[in-house]
Amino acid sequence: MAADPSPQPKPARRRVIEILLGGGLLGSFASFIYPVLRYLVPPPVAELGGDQITAGKIGELKPNSAKIFRFGSRPGLLIRNTDGSYRALSATCTHLGCIVQYRGDLQEIWCACHNGLYDLNGRNVSGPPPRPLEVYEVHLRGDDVVVSLKREA
Amino acid sequence: MDTRLNNGFPRSLTLLLTIVCVCARGARAQTPSTCLDCHAALDPPLQVTQAQFSQDIHAQKGLTCASCHGGDPAKADMDAMSKAAGFRGKIQRNQIPELCGHCHSDGAFMRKYNPSLRTDQLTQYKTSVHGKRLMQGDTEVAVCIDCHGVHDLRPASDPRSKINPLNVAQTCSRCHSDAKYMKRYGIPTDQYANYNRSVHHEAMTVRGDLSAPTCPTCHGNHGAAPPGTDSVKNVCANCHVFQAQMYDKSTHKAAFQSAGLPGCVVCHSNHAVSLPTDAKLGTGPEAVCMRCHKSGDICDQARAKMLQDLTQLDGAVKEADRVLGVAESSGMEVSEARTEQDQARDSLTKARVTIHSFKTDLVEQDIQAGLKISAKTQAEGQAALAERDRRRRGLGLSLVIIFAVSLGLRLYIRQIESNASKVETAELGN
Amino acid sequence: MFVALRDWIDERFDWAALTAPLREKAVPKHDLSYWYFLGGITLFLFGIQVCTGILLLLYYRPSATEAFESVQYIMTRVQFGWLVRSIHSWAANLMIFTAFCHMFSVLFLGAYRKPRELTWITGMLLLFLAMGFGFSGYLLPWNTLAFFATKVGTEITGQVPVIGHGLKVFLRGGEDVTGATLTRFFGFHVALLPGLTVLLLLIHIALVQYFGMSVPPGVEARWKAWPSEARQMKFFPNFFLRELMAWYIALGVLGALAAILPWELGSKADPFAPAPAGIRPEWYFMFMFQTLKKIPAKVWLVDGDVLGILVFGVAGIVWLLLPFFDQSGGRRGRRLVLGGGIFALSYIIAMTIYGYTAK
Repeated sequence: MAADPSPQPKPARRRVIEILLGGGLLGSFASFIYPVLRYLVPPPVAELGGDQITAGKIGELKPNSAKIFRFGSRPGLLIRNTDGSYRALSATCTHLGCIVQYRGDLQEIWCACHNGLYDLNGRNVSGPPPRPLEVYEVHLRGDDVVVSLKREA
Repeated sequence: MDTRLNNGFPRSLTLLLTIVCVCARGARAQTPSTCLDCHAALDPPLQVTQAQFSQDIHAQKGLTCASCHGGDPAKADMDAMSKAAGFRGKIQRNQIPELCGHCHSDGAFMRKYNPSLRTDQLTQYKTSVHGKRLMQGDTEVAVCIDCHGVHDLRPASDPRSKINPLNVAQTCSRCHSDAKYMKRYGIPTDQYANYNRSVHHEAMTVRGDLSAPTCPTCHGNHGAAPPGTDSVKNVCANCHVFQAQMYDKSTHKAAFQSAGLPGCVVCHSNHAVSLPTDAKLGTGPEAVCMRCHKSGDICDQARAKMLQDLTQLDGAVKEADRVLGVAESSGMEVSEARTEQDQARDSLTKARVTIHSFKTDLVEQDIQAGLKISAKTQAEGQAALAERDRRRRGLGLSLVIIFAVSLGLRLYIRQIESNASKVETAELGN
Repeated sequence: MFVALRDWIDERFDWAALTAPLREKAVPKHDLSYWYFLGGITLFLFGIQVCTGILLLLYYRPSATEAFESVQYIMTRVQFGWLVRSIHSWAANLMIFTAFCHMFSVLFLGAYRKPRELTWITGMLLLFLAMGFGFSGYLLPWNTLAFFATKVGTEITGQVPVIGHGLKVFLRGGEDVTGATLTRFFGFHVALLPGLTVLLLLIHIALVQYFGMSVPPGVEARWKAWPSEARQMKFFPNFFLRELMAWYIALGVLGALAAILPWELGSKADPFAPAPAGIRPEWYFMFMFQTLKKIPAKVWLVDGDVLGILVFGVAGIVWLLLPFFDQSGGRRGRRLVLGGGIFALSYIIAMTIYGYTAK
């Protein structure tokens, strides 16, 4: 018996297979392409946060005030001096690790845990802290206040 | 002309020796004295070597043996020790403080050498137990040279000095841990052993904190005496400011004072100060409150409440840490939450300081602040886990699609192969 | 539309002649046919590596100060970066696994025999390259485990007699493992090794197409005796569709692994910190590492490590030239190779398990 040349209506089974295959292939390609397309778009924050970070915006702080910012996994203290300039230091107290704060009334850095005091250069001046606070470099870039680790000269 | 001098020494030889000594004096510009020539070769206790003396700070500043012992350093041999020139020989122990103080209490004199050195050591010494007993005639107590050394005296900043902060406890222990020596004074000799177990000792030796307390920090160095029971708190308060402030406003201060109890030492001990744990507030072997208080009274209830609060916050912080850990190991980014956790831990530290007010509502305040933060960080951890679950659901969806494709392929293969075999059979049939 | 495209090509090239080999290609059909999938899966996984690798290259920074942070960035800030990175790490391990399986199946099914010796040799070289990919890629995140594993691995290379020190300095870019090593490994991983691999792959695949699929000796003998039993399957579309199925399932497995068991990042490498306890290489080097650990410090007059390295070196060369031990077509050669294969497989499995379970 020769093969029937006239076209026949497709049996239901065939349609199921076609839909399954065609739809599935399309769906799977979409599920591959979609993440890749999203991946190609660079994220808003381009900085890796290793040695440098944007700690704040210019004008965010009033003179003689400060804020805590996150530098990688450590806390940092960004201080705006009375003359308007900025300085930044590590905010981890060298005594037992509490987070220090800026005291505008004393113009010194104070640790509330055991009453440690540091001067604005990070030097431990009174109380239990045994070592000074690490000082960071501050640069102004456009609108941003950028804090980075001190580079060896 | 008789070529011998009065003592029978040939004049030429004396001349030679003088030349040698003058040259030698020139070579040893620091110590133009002849004393070490002989005393270096003697046996102890008369032995003082050049190696020793060159380390001595007095020698380095230009002082000589004669500065303390008198005599004539220019003369050779026994002539140097001439009474006429003021030779004193070995200084009597009860005269040593006055001898050292002759220079060290003279402000104008000391200014010539080191203007920042104190000049009140002798005055202080006279107020100390050591000084008072010496004046009563007890020469067994410590005098200047016992702690500072004598012929190889180094400044305190030198790590080899006997009075360097790292070494001073051991220097005190030379007498104070000697049971036989201290027997007649009737005071304990376990202080050094206790101190070595303390957290203060650990801070200095392990964590390298040279500002950690050692014997003179609390007892004074020249004016050494145990602090009186009502001044112990003042001593501790020099570093532990907040605890002392809270203690001052608490009920314990008056109670301890009227009972003649030495403040901080009652709960924390004096030499074997250990790292305080929450167990101090408990009811177990380390508990301190129940040593005086009765079980069930309002103080016991306050203690239990404070302990409960601390345990609650400690647990909350640990739980938040655990959740963040799970999120992290699942590949989620939680470093911001981790930094906030530090602030929660700070609250715990503050609460443990506030205990010294013995007021439950103050402790409660710190605890609540900490609980708020740890609740937030835990929520952030949970959010990270939720994101992780979202990813897994996305994965599940894509797996369904992949399964559908695989199934479709399978069926398609079967279909074309059954068609092919149908055609084959048909052709074979032909 | 596809017809129009085909016609356009046909007007310029002989489409029929070009596609004839593909259309004619047939795959022998027997009980052991499933093993034929392994080569294709390895190739597929390599393709995945190239694609995910290129994507990772968009954000990765190959310097000691930034490498770790850039991988962290990919894992946490880039959209689906976690997926791309985890797939890359998992597919790397899976690819080496399937490559080993492919090699052993070729050995046990006798597909290395004449005339396919060159296919075997190029295949073995590809396996070595794959392990080189694994070793160089492992260092790139610059985390503690990778740093010390590289230190130990290159230290062992330094033990090779005569050329060892030079080889070590060449690999490390200096005497120690430093940022220079990272740069060098990066260059190996994204340029040198891919270039060599593509070249060898082209030769390997061309040889496979030229010689067709080998039939295992037992099946071959039976089909010789009873020719009517010989079965074949057309490559296109039948075998290819099956292979597509296998590839899809592999993709699903990879996605599942990436989402449920994401690849860890660890902590940033600190060259001055002491080595943490329990440094081990990746599993595909474990059997060699464990062997070297267990060899006594001195065997007769020879240093234990050197002996171990020499033994493995000789074993590698023997393995490369395996087909030449079974040239005559006789039973002895075949038995020799089979015996060697069973020994090697058991040894590798046993030493790998030992390496993971020993204290």
